[in-house]
Amino acid sequence: MSNLSKAATRSTSISGVEAQAGSRIVPALFAVAFGLFLFIGTGFAAPSLIHNATHDTRHSLGLPCH
Amino acid sequence: MFKTIILSAFGAGLAVGIALSVVQAVTTEPLILHAETFENAEPAPAAAAAPHEHSTTEAHAHEAAAPEAAPAHQHDEDAWSPADGFERSAYTLLANLLMGVGVSAVLLGLMSIRGGKIDARTGVLWGVAGFFAASLLPSLGLSPELPGTAAAEVTSRQVWWLSTVAASAIGLALIVFSGSWLLKAAGLVIGVLPHVIGAPVPPTLEASYPAGLGGEFVAASLVVSALLWALSGLFSGWLYQRLSRTA
Repeated sequence: MSNLSKAATRSTSISGVEAQAGSRIVPALFAVAFGLFLFIGTGFAAPSLIHNATHDTRHSLGLPCH
Repeated sequence: MFKTIILSAFGAGLAVGIALSVVQAVTTEPLILHAETFENAEPAPAAAAAPHEHSTTEAHAHEAAAPEAAPAHQHDEDAWSPADGFERSAYTLLANLLMGVGVSAVLLGLMSIRGGKIDARTGVLWGVAGFFAASLLPSLGLSPELPGTAAAEVTSRQVWWLSTVAASAIGLALIVFSGSWLLKAAGLVIGVLPHVIGAPVPPTLEASYPAGLGGEFVAASLVVSALLWALSGLFSGWLYQRLSRTA
């Protein structure tokens, strides 16, 4: 919320506030999507090749395996 | 900001991946290899108790005995797999690095969406919360398994696991961040719901390895998961703060 209030003092228009929040949240959502892609690709992907390469990591982290 | 998050995630992932591999080498890995000796030595009749078989000759022996347990055999014996020893350890290290980068990117992304300070201290708090949501609570329904553990079909378990992670994360966020008691109560209900529905049930509780080995592994696995999440939060929060100061 501090970023939002800072933006409000800098910008006189409401659209300026929205742009500030959007410039923070959109890249953050991309980062979450990228992280989930790596997490699910490594920990859950079905192909035997990926499963066999990541087998011990999946077991170690208690993820459903086999 | 996206660049700072990704750079921090890769830096943290590198450190976490190496640290995790060292810890695994002396905790979970010896237990996995030990369990595999029982699994590979298992005679064909007992295979029904453990629908999970590595040896080529007995690979499909259990399918007739436990068709519901494993309709889709996950072990394609012709598929490539890393050779035991250095190659296997190298791929485990690579997988750990990817996990470290992934978890760090998720944590930094969520912290940015929430807003507020991002540093080593807040990072480790988010990391511990991530461990609760993505490891500890799901393990109540599906406890960490050694190779050779009987279990329900893998896709149903993965769906339950990921749904439980989502419900736990939403529930935890409502409990921690919401100002209203009604929403906090709703968070509690959402967090408990997957356990009321219940995880896919294994066809048998018999296992090819001694029970004590399984108990040791559950504890070791949870410690490794806690380290993955806490260290990812710690390192990525610290790096993010440093990189965004110089940027």
